[in-house]
Amino acid sequence: MKHVIIGAGPAGIVAAETIRKLDADATIVVVGDEPEPPYSRMAIPYLLTRSIGEQGTYLRKQDDHFRQVGIEVVVDRVASVNPGTRSLLLADGPGMQYDTLLVASGSTPILPPVPGIGGDRVTSCWTLEDARRIAAGIRPGSSVVLIGAGFIGCIILEALVSSGARLTVVEMGNRMVPRMLDETCGTLLEKWCNSNGITVMTGSQVEAVEDQGDSALVRISGGRSVEAQLVISAAGVRANAGFLEGAGVDLSDGAVVIDEYMCSSVSGIYAAGDVACGRDFSTGEYSVQAIQPTAVEHGRLAANNMVKHGSVTHQGSMVMNVLDTIGLISASYGQWDGVAGGDSATLEDRENYRYLQLQFEGDRLIGANTLGMTQHIGVLRGLVQGRFSLGAWKDRLKDNPLLIMEAYLAVTQGTG
Amino acid sequence: MSWTKKILRVNLTEGRIEEEPLNMEWAAQYIGQRGLATRYMFEETDPGCDPLGPGNRLIFATGPLTGTMASTGGRYSVITKSPLTGAIACSNSGGFIGAELKSAGWDMIIFEGKSPGPVYLNIVNEHAELVGADDLWGKSVWETDRLIHERTGDPQTRIAAVGRSAEAGCLYAAVINDLHRAAGRSGVGTVMASKNLKAVAVRGTRGVGNIKDPARFLRSTTEQKKVLAENAVTGQGLPAMGTQVLMNVINEIGALPTNNMQEVQFKDANKISAEAMQEPRESDGKPNLTTNAACFGCTIACGRISTIDQGHFSVENKPEYWGNSGGLEYEAAWAMGADTGVGDLDALTYTNFVCNEDGMDPISFGATVAAAMELYEKGAITSEQTDGMELRFGSAEALVWCVQKVATGEGFGADLGLGSRKLCEKYGHPDLSMTVKGQEFPAYDPRGVQGMGLTYATSNRGACHLRSYTVASEVLGIPEKTDPLVTDGKAGLVKAFQDATAAVDSMGLCVFTTFAWTLDNMAPQLDAACEGDWDVDRLLEAGERIWNLEREYNMRAGLSGADDTLPPRLLKDAARTGPAEGKVCGLDQMLPEYYSIRGWTENGQLTDETRKRFALPA
Amino acid sequence: MLRSLTIDPDKCTGCLQCEMACSYENEGVFNPAKSRIKVFTFHDEGRFVPYTCTQCDEAWCLHACPVDAIRMNRETGAMEVSDSVCVGCKVCTIACPFGTVNYNQDTGKVIKCDLCGGDPKCASACPTAAITYVDADATGLDKMRAWAARTDNAASASN
Repeated sequence: MKHVIIGAGPAGIVAAETIRKLDADATIVVVGDEPEPPYSRMAIPYLLTRSIGEQGTYLRKQDDHFRQVGIEVVVDRVASVNPGTRSLLLADGPGMQYDTLLVASGSTPILPPVPGIGGDRVTSCWTLEDARRIAAGIRPGSSVVLIGAGFIGCIILEALVSSGARLTVVEMGNRMVPRMLDETCGTLLEKWCNSNGITVMTGSQVEAVEDQGDSALVRISGGRSVEAQLVISAAGVRANAGFLEGAGVDLSDGAVVIDEYMCSSVSGIYAAGDVACGRDFSTGEYSVQAIQPTAVEHGRLAANNMVKHGSVTHQGSMVMNVLDTIGLISASYGQWDGVAGGDSATLEDRENYRYLQLQFEGDRLIGANTLGMTQHIGVLRGLVQGRFSLGAWKDRLKDNPLLIMEAYLAVTQGTG
Repeated sequence: MSWTKKILRVNLTEGRIEEEPLNMEWAAQYIGQRGLATRYMFEETDPGCDPLGPGNRLIFATGPLTGTMASTGGRYSVITKSPLTGAIACSNSGGFIGAELKSAGWDMIIFEGKSPGPVYLNIVNEHAELVGADDLWGKSVWETDRLIHERTGDPQTRIAAVGRSAEAGCLYAAVINDLHRAAGRSGVGTVMASKNLKAVAVRGTRGVGNIKDPARFLRSTTEQKKVLAENAVTGQGLPAMGTQVLMNVINEIGALPTNNMQEVQFKDANKISAEAMQEPRESDGKPNLTTNAACFGCTIACGRISTIDQGHFSVENKPEYWGNSGGLEYEAAWAMGADTGVGDLDALTYTNFVCNEDGMDPISFGATVAAAMELYEKGAITSEQTDGMELRFGSAEALVWCVQKVATGEGFGADLGLGSRKLCEKYGHPDLSMTVKGQEFPAYDPRGVQGMGLTYATSNRGACHLRSYTVASEVLGIPEKTDPLVTDGKAGLVKAFQDATAAVDSMGLCVFTTFAWTLDNMAPQLDAACEGDWDVDRLLEAGERIWNLEREYNMRAGLSGADDTLPPRLLKDAARTGPAEGKVCGLDQMLPEYYSIRGWTENGQLTDETRKRFALPA
Repeated sequence: MLRSLTIDPDKCTGCLQCEMACSYENEGVFNPAKSRIKVFTFHDEGRFVPYTCTQCDEAWCLHACPVDAIRMNRETGAMEVSDSVCVGCKVCTIACPFGTVNYNQDTGKVIKCDLCGGDPKCASACPTAAITYVDADATGLDKMRAWAARTDNAASASN
């Protein structure tokens, strides 16, 4: 059997290694289009703060790891896929046959459609190459404008601040990280950023980036403008599935729609990670989650089905995120924004930047937001994903949401 | 090392908080906790000061082993001048706040002055602040605990607080920490309330390090934990039965003071004993005792966690008392039970809960109720004072009524809050007060355990069993058996116990370890942890020094050898039943010898020679 | 035969010797706040429940780690965090459904139980045998695994 995997991110690499564990004899090829060893975007913020070197971002640390486990890693770009002949074309190399194909090609940043966005002073923060450019472009005292206070934007704030840059963050939404944090939480995070010397403009849009030679003038809605040496765009991503054009694979918003076996509408073609539109644990709907744990889970499950189709069923992945914004840690789980007819519990300690919000449906926990908490937060996943009936503990949690660990022990171990 | 070497000084009058280095020269002489805090008291207060005035200090002090892995290393003490006795007070408590304070980086907190309004001290590691507590004033300890936890949002915050009894001026109010551990005796809670200090909340995440020789310390503590585990009392008796293991034993030897010490045996002792706590109840099939529980780092775990029968009259329709909480210890069960003649386990558990909830010393409370009952029996108190409640020996209803009154200080509760001595004086029968230096006796009748007579009479904080627990020798044969009915040799025994205990109380360890340990077992642990060479001789010397300094403080506070006595009942009225039948306490046969081996004058004053021998401060 | 920590809450007295032993072994300081094992107190019920990582087969933490910083020690079966590789992204802390991988803000790394390399100090410090280190197939572990399975989205995955 020959398994070809498009994409050398976590989903692709986990899939490749999983296949190897299941089938010692299979031929496994990973095609990635960046001229780097497989690495993790999650580690880029720590590269920017210089906590690690580039090697610290690599998914596997040993030089010849992939050769040793018999996984061929090819640096090239897939041009097209032909399901009829089970083959694909590469941009630079020869064609390639496959028995099964995993599309794990991830996503690409989208730049907001404003004049001047393509200028030299504008960069994304997505790849190692982007990171190098940002590191080179910042000097102490530099003015930096960050477009987008989403997950990616926030996670690099510390690196930008610690490099001595003066930072302005422009976010369209009414709060920071609106897709992960509720209004109270996002607003507290904004206050935190302000207290760390960052100018945050929510409900604002960049209207133009004007080149001024040794700087750019960033025009912002409401007649404001900021001069900047560097503009970082972190305004969202889209799935990387252009090469599937004509292959007959069903897409939704550009992402590959997959079934419970991680298989696309075309037999033999699977998808995983940011490029896949998969089942959501909480809602049962299909969506792109674009998070590390889901990418890995997709990769593992896809690999199992690529080796033996139908062997493992995907029950749906849970959305969860953790974000460190200049030392203030926030997290979200599942349906943190609640459901109609649901119920919630909140603990709010604005002074100390602590916040915990739990969402219930009936007596089950379905989602949560946390801010300023680092201990035992994983158990929120356990509670949501276990769909445990909380019984009397729901009221106790409404009284004191901090008792999540106790509630978990009580419902799983019959304590209390 | 092992000391954090830092003191938090809190001037309540000015709302000023300062950090200062621990006086290590004094630490070398007085170890920590009880001894070292007494040294600070001696330095900083006028022994003649008004205990409830701003001139008094209130010190929360840990020992060098507090917060370490040494078994029972979770202790702290509250040291101040007592409003109940006018003498130095040191009340020792377990639970978790002592270790938490140490983990936050502090050996001691010294409170000075008096806050203009209610406050509590909130400590998070090196950060300490006084927080307004107008909303907490008038609340019970339990309610205060809940509200402060709500504010800190951290379930790991450890809290010590005073209840409504302290606010109302009850003279035996305790400082309660971790909901049901108490720095219980001598009214240390009353002093805290007098300073408008409602609570101390601590969160410490720095940990305790600085161990001099970590490998030796771990080896030594592991070895000594094994000694505790293999000892019948600390390894089996205390974890299974708690201190209540003593109820039937002490009753059998005729030393269980009953009905305000009129008798020495209680007919219903078996109904309120450890064994009774394990009997399934008829109503719900559950025993009073749910489980045993440990204080921080304690491998004995003598603590009791209990429930009250939900159908019992004391808690009917009061679901807030239906859950588990701190159950009865021997002294509490005796004072509120045998001494009042009440043989109702649920009633005692309820009054115990309330003592924790509103911060009263259950020994003084029970003994004061016992005195009130005798005054009632004599007609000195009538139902006019008690709103019609008949204060009869054996009445659980009366006991429950009393605890509710003292908790709030309402009505007759104010009288009961005076303690036995002032109550008996007020109602014209000072001889009925079973106290020494104004503090109520604990649960061993000195007619049946002679050494305890000398213990009580000479205790530096008034009647107390924890200053020299000769019961260990006279009843349990630890470290060797002596005859409880004879006075010979007891002066030396008491002195030895007093000195050793003063050292134990200054290290951060629990005195209950001494059922299995002697200073031989403790010295190696302290020595491995702390700078300086610590051997048994040095500990004994420090213990004796501490004892003498406490004594000196009391003499300067106006006490004298004349206060080293017992109520006439114990000296003149012979025990009427049991092995001690016909006996009185032979204090006069022990006291002169005791003074002599202490190196004091025949009036009980320190001599210059003794002061010099221990390098006591001038 | 792999061994594992087995916890019997009925025997726990809440003394925290385990937390001190753990923090001393791993951080060189007696500090329950830094312990990888934690005793939870159920005050009204009068119960103490020690709780730590079960080194579960599913190893969510290991799989979630983007930089391969968590590996299984084949001798002990423990999932171990390599401090030199961990970047502190915290994804494992939200992925572990037992809440037993925690971020240490002082070091910028995550911490979890590693069975002390095969000699867990919590177990040797426990005075009541509430925490023991026994053969992995002993009862109790199966029970914990069963709870684990309820959270497992991919329980039937064969790797």
